[in-house]
Amino acid sequence: MPDTHATAHPDAAPRAWPPGITRIPYWLYQDADVLKHEQRTLFEGPVWNFLALEADIPNRGDYRTTFVGAMPVVVVRGAGGAIHAFENRCAHRGALIVLEDSGTARDFTCAYHAWRYDLEGSLCSVAFQRGVNGKGGMPADFRAGDHAPRRLRTAAIGGLVFGTLSDATPDIETYLGAGVAAKLKRVLNRPVEVLGRFAQPMPNNWKLYAENVRDTYHASLLHSFFTTFRITRFSQAGGITLSENGGHHASATIATVEGSDGAYKDQGIRSDNDGLRLRDMSFLDAVDEFGDGIQLQILTVFPTLVLQQTHNSLAIRHFLPNGTGAMTLHWTYLGFADDPPEMRRRRLKQANLVGPAGFISLEDGCIGGFVQRAAATAGDEQAVVEMGGRSVETQATRATEVAVRGFWQLYRTLTGL
Amino acid sequence: MDAADATLLLRLAALNTAYGSTIDRDALEDWPDFFTENSFYRITTAANHARGLAAGVVYADSRDMLHDRVFALRRANIYERQAYRHVIGMPAILGHEADGSLRAEAPFLVVRTMRDGTMSLFAAGRYLDRLVEREGRLLFAAREVICDSPNFDTLLAIPL
Repeated sequence: MPDTHATAHPDAAPRAWPPGITRIPYWLYQDADVLKHEQRTLFEGPVWNFLALEADIPNRGDYRTTFVGAMPVVVVRGAGGAIHAFENRCAHRGALIVLEDSGTARDFTCAYHAWRYDLEGSLCSVAFQRGVNGKGGMPADFRAGDHAPRRLRTAAIGGLVFGTLSDATPDIETYLGAGVAAKLKRVLNRPVEVLGRFAQPMPNNWKLYAENVRDTYHASLLHSFFTTFRITRFSQAGGITLSENGGHHASATIATVEGSDGAYKDQGIRSDNDGLRLRDMSFLDAVDEFGDGIQLQILTVFPTLVLQQTHNSLAIRHFLPNGTGAMTLHWTYLGFADDPPEMRRRRLKQANLVGPAGFISLEDGCIGGFVQRAAATAGDEQAVVEMGGRSVETQATRATEVAVRGFWQLYRTLTGL
Repeated sequence: MDAADATLLLRLAALNTAYGSTIDRDALEDWPDFFTENSFYRITTAANHARGLAAGVVYADSRDMLHDRVFALRRANIYERQAYRHVIGMPAILGHEADGSLRAEAPFLVVRTMRDGTMSLFAAGRYLDRLVEREGRLLFAAREVICDSPNFDTLLAIPL
């Protein structure tokens, strides 16, 4: 890892960052040139960016629009069933080609000058290419095939569609590593159905959320809902699976009580003594649907995807930078297509735990902003990331910041910062 | 509009005013009293509602779940001090159901004021309601809060 980035990346931030992953200088969350550098080296680099769910685009011509960092992207189901993705930028004058969040199209026509693209993002016609009444038009040697928005390679795993702009990105399973890939497929083991979408703008740099979701240390400290109402036990087992490159992780909280279905209600009664008891515990009537006792699993795919299993509440969280000091978290609540009605109701009620108003995730909406504001003039000061040691490895505890260090390990490798 | 509906409209408007005021003056413990015991309450977006997607950022199928939400806000959740100001427009009666319940809707704006004085238009949308008469009072058997924007800025702590 270079100890200076000035020569390797002339456009990189000029500030210093000593080698290592246990000290994080605050200028990384503040400097506008860092975001530009991240766009080129990270988002458009050798990573798989989440684009859509396969369930979003089941049929030919179905599309969604999204972003890779700040780059607008169209992801679409092509004629042969393959999934294509391309920059949402007309090759002519750079206008957005697609304006809707989702839809179905035979082809795409830019509104500005009606240049038309097929489902693979190839330019297929140019309006008035031969002019009007023999006048105007494009030069005779103009070839539509020479002009196209940038294309992304796509890959899918567990019904999640990813895209990359780099030829160097390994296949998706290799990218994730066997451990994290298995944890992903543990949850996404059959076709899903979207139950709802919500967006949550947050007043902080995107990396503060990337760290927050990997930070198992804060979970029972910042989020006191479960402990206040004595719903979980402090002794619960669990741990963190980390990919070799550090960038992806899966944390697990495992039930240690027999018959977890009734455990919540029993504990609700026990905590009745101090008056801190919820009136309607039915929303915590969880079932061990994956049959392995894991109650909570938070999984990240570097750079900006989270797959969440909170009891029976399943969701995709996709976060996108919105300038240096802001981001938007996009929630997609999921169920399985074959959910029986009682399981669907359970998922809808347990979703109260998560999301912008979630009992155990509400605080994550503001905590990044607290860092962004507090460190406003502390760009050259550093955060300390030493809980659970100084290494990057799979660990059998959640009292650790190992996955945060893992994030920075891959971040430094890719950005050269 | 007949005289009965005109009276009903006024009662609905007064109910919505009292509802907004209860939240805005931080009398959240009284907020569940506007609902029936088995009431349904959901906060969602216009896009989810239009597509028939069932999830909510808040999803409750009992009045006790509303009590629990207030209890959690008071005792467990961490968020910066903030206040809402509801401005609820003229309600419209959508229909009378065979079971005696009433369907109604009303548009709303909610301005959020943070502890540092920052004010923002936090939410705009409409309430889609089903009401029943209980001992001379109108209660919500169902209140769906349908927000026009998909965005919930930073977090949603206080109910809408």
